[in-house]
Amino acid sequence: MNAAVRLHDLTIAYRGHPAVHHLSGGFAAGRLTAVVGPNGAGKSSLMSVLAGTRRDFQGRIEHLQPCPVAYLPQAASLDRSVPVTVREVVSMGLWPRLRSFRRVDDAGRAAVTRALASVGLAGLERRLIGELSAGQVQRVLFARVLVQDAPLILLDEPFNAIDARTTSDLLRLLGRWRQEARTVIAVLHDLEQVREHFDEVLLLARQAVAWGPTVQVLRAEHLLKARSMAESWDDTAGVCRELA
Amino acid sequence: MIDLDAALLAPFREFPFMRRALVATVALALGAGPIGCLLVLRRMSLVGDAMAHAVLPGAAAGFLLAGLSLPAMSAGGFVAALAVALAAGFVTRSTAQREDASFAAFYLIALAAGVLMVSLGGSRVDLMHLLFGSVLAVDDAALLQIAAVSSVTLLGLAAMIRPLVMETLDPVFLRSVGGPGAASHVLLLVLLVANLVSAFQAMGTLMAVGLMMLPAGSARFWVATLPALAALAAALGIAGGVAGLLLSYHAELPSGPCIVLVCGALYLLSVLAGAREGVLARHRRRHIHLTA
Repeated sequence: MNAAVRLHDLTIAYRGHPAVHHLSGGFAAGRLTAVVGPNGAGKSSLMSVLAGTRRDFQGRIEHLQPCPVAYLPQAASLDRSVPVTVREVVSMGLWPRLRSFRRVDDAGRAAVTRALASVGLAGLERRLIGELSAGQVQRVLFARVLVQDAPLILLDEPFNAIDARTTSDLLRLLGRWRQEARTVIAVLHDLEQVREHFDEVLLLARQAVAWGPTVQVLRAEHLLKARSMAESWDDTAGVCRELA
Repeated sequence: MIDLDAALLAPFREFPFMRRALVATVALALGAGPIGCLLVLRRMSLVGDAMAHAVLPGAAAGFLLAGLSLPAMSAGGFVAALAVALAAGFVTRSTAQREDASFAAFYLIALAAGVLMVSLGGSRVDLMHLLFGSVLAVDDAALLQIAAVSSVTLLGLAAMIRPLVMETLDPVFLRSVGGPGAASHVLLLVLLVANLVSAFQAMGTLMAVGLMMLPAGSARFWVATLPALAALAAALGIAGGVAGLLLSYHAELPSGPCIVLVCGALYLLSVLAGAREGVLARHRRRHIHLTA
């Protein structure tokens, strides 16, 4: 398999306890991979390590080629009381080109406008994000991902508490990304959604229960195993004690 | 009929110390307003207060070593406040203690140490002077220091405004694209402390926090966007400064508290009558909802 990102014996500790253990494998390049698993399985920890926002891990992460990553963290990381406009939030996606000082040029402005049209928010550029609904905010953040134009896209629970209409609109964007041969890794809960839209699945319960094509991974015995592993978790265990 | 010229203009025309005080408060308000706005947005309103107390032991050390020397006391205060900020930040990052609690712990330690040091070497009058200043005693050296710090503040904020706002809005995203989130946070703390220290002789550090936070808190009741907030906060600070100076002159009251109380009056007015989420505006909206 052609892996966009390959993990070698990745172990992540969360407050001194194991969050992800000895995870090895590859995320297929140009395909949609869903990361599913019970609460506390280490899904968000894995995403933040892949995004480079956490460095406290052991093991190795190998990228097919050095490339920018577009990361959409969980909704809670955004402080909606900050008075910035929709256009300003989406323009944050231009950071790698503009950094602190460069002006937003015509190409950047056009990319932002295009992205807002793609998520169905044309005309709302000057609204403050505090005035938007949760679904509209998520559309804004997807527009920011579009502007980042990255070959690797990480989405952490992108459809949590989002209305059905927005979810189906944004799922269409995922299909477009697959056509554009981008690699997408998304943490999700809705297994129906995963079956319908995702090529591959990593079923995570601190370690990989199964990893591969969706139909092979989302089988009853795997899901059962993940659940029983979650029930036996001991949060005081040392980082590297193998599960019985 | 009140003589407007005698009430508003004559004090500044006739007395050089009033003119210097005017320039000092205007410069302080220009730097403090925008900083206050960023602190409010970052939910760090109380950090300004903590830093103001943390200045004391350093200023006291400068006072004990060099007497009433502005550079020595400013440098000492600057170092002491930054040390408290670093220590509180370190405890927050390396333990489970939340930031507000660790800031509170360290500034209380610093305050007690400062009071003790002042009482060792000086009198109560010195302590009052350190904490509350005297805007009518501002000399040229202090005026230059205030002007320099305000200029550096505005330039520094302009240079770092993009990462500062991004870090306030979405710190995880900024880290994911490798932006200088931590650096912008440190810059804000350094500028905060520099403004408190520069306000030292004019208003005292405690009153300087008032000029920083009250206009910023008021502005939120009138305007929404960050540029408007910063501009309005600076303008309200200037208005409060001028009115406070005149009040202090005519009523023969200490200038620092007068300035802060006028800013406080503007704040209460904003809470009550502010167009955005003010008490009256909310009440009126609810009424419209009910009758609609």
